[in-house]
Amino acid sequence: MAIEVRIPTILRSYTGGAKVVDGTGDTLADLLTDLDSRHGGLRGRLITDAGTLHRFVNVYVNDEDVRFLGALDAKLSDGDSVTILPAVAGGAFGFAAAAAISSHSISSQSAAAAVARDAVAAR
Amino acid sequence: MARYDSLLDACGGTPLVGLPRLSPTVPDGAPPVRLWAKLEDRNPTGSIKDRAALFMVRAAEEAGRLRTGDTILEPTSGNTGISLAMVAKLRGYRLVCVMPENVSTERVQLLRMYGAEIIFSPAAGGSNQAVATAKQIAVEHPDWVMLYQYGNEANARAHYETTGPELLHDLPSITHFVAGLGTTGTLMGTGRYLREKVEGIQIVAAEPRYGELVYGLRNIDEGYVPELYDASVLSRRFSVGTRDAVLRTRQLVDVEGIFAGFSTGAILHAALAVAHEAVRDGRRADVAFVVCDGGWKYLSTGAYGGTLADAEDALDGQLWA
Repeated sequence: MAIEVRIPTILRSYTGGAKVVDGTGDTLADLLTDLDSRHGGLRGRLITDAGTLHRFVNVYVNDEDVRFLGALDAKLSDGDSVTILPAVAGGAFGFAAAAAISSHSISSQSAAAAVARDAVAAR
Repeated sequence: MARYDSLLDACGGTPLVGLPRLSPTVPDGAPPVRLWAKLEDRNPTGSIKDRAALFMVRAAEEAGRLRTGDTILEPTSGNTGISLAMVAKLRGYRLVCVMPENVSTERVQLLRMYGAEIIFSPAAGGSNQAVATAKQIAVEHPDWVMLYQYGNEANARAHYETTGPELLHDLPSITHFVAGLGTTGTLMGTGRYLREKVEGIQIVAAEPRYGELVYGLRNIDEGYVPELYDASVLSRRFSVGTRDAVLRTRQLVDVEGIFAGFSTGAILHAALAVAHEAVRDGRRADVAFVVCDGGWKYLSTGAYGGTLADAEDALDGQLWA
């Protein structure tokens, strides 16, 4: 058995697009070193030069923030689930719907609207 | 007390109610483990944000930053906007809210009804973009006053001076306080107060984990942590997914008759987790958690009925807390 690691969209360039990858390690630090051996560069995006977790990265083991479990020294076991997420401003935008429509579909809709406007203007 | 000079004076003093049916059962002879709900939907505009809005406006008035007729600017489309709009109306100010352009029409209608004006920020940037846009507008309009709930000490102080003392008065045996982590004001203020007064108290954060579209930043360095946040106030921090939040929100109304929004479901999920740990360890626990608001504003999502999977789909990509 291994540890399942959920990768956020912005870091999937390091995992060949994979949302979930497997890794091993007795601590979070070990796990990140293990992951970096197959997904080179990933560790460097999560850990600062000072050797601490990046301020804008949150890591959860079984849904609990590792900063309250020993941070990089947090103990891991086979079968644990690790989730990596970037920090975003929440809490104040109830139902702002950051993108029920994804940013992709918004830009393609805007592009379609612009094309339609141009077509009308050309007549 | 049931008579007040104005709506503003009716802020706070909310009931703390026991949840005898949702509290875990303990083995015979084991110490009791009880859940308590702080009903913040009983505030003037129906959410916990009335406390912070009132304190932030008062602090700005006392500092001479706000005078009658001034304009208040704030990045919010949620409960803080509604609370600020009400306080601004009664105290004689104009309110401008900055929010992503894809908020629901009912939310826009609600804010306009309370008297707020709205400036939209690009949908693609989500809430981080709305905060950035508001900061930019503040530079362009130096005469407008941005209260900025994410960094305003009066936001946390509202809870240090009111929510915390109310909880301790009503539940001197409190062992755990569980609340949502957004601006972090509720947890920072209440948490600091309770840590000063109650030895060994656990301050537990429940953070909503949204659909992945919400986290679609271009770069980790565009991330954001509220200026108010001080991790040393917290004991633990849970990330609660959409499915668990919906499940608990439904359970709360099914079992205890409390109709709440989804952020409350996320908080209840964390509260139940610590309550069950206490049962397992044979420890006494009085776990108080926050009911942030009622469910009325979220009915149109359809997430109160149907299967959990449908509800999860309906909320996917939305900032539901």
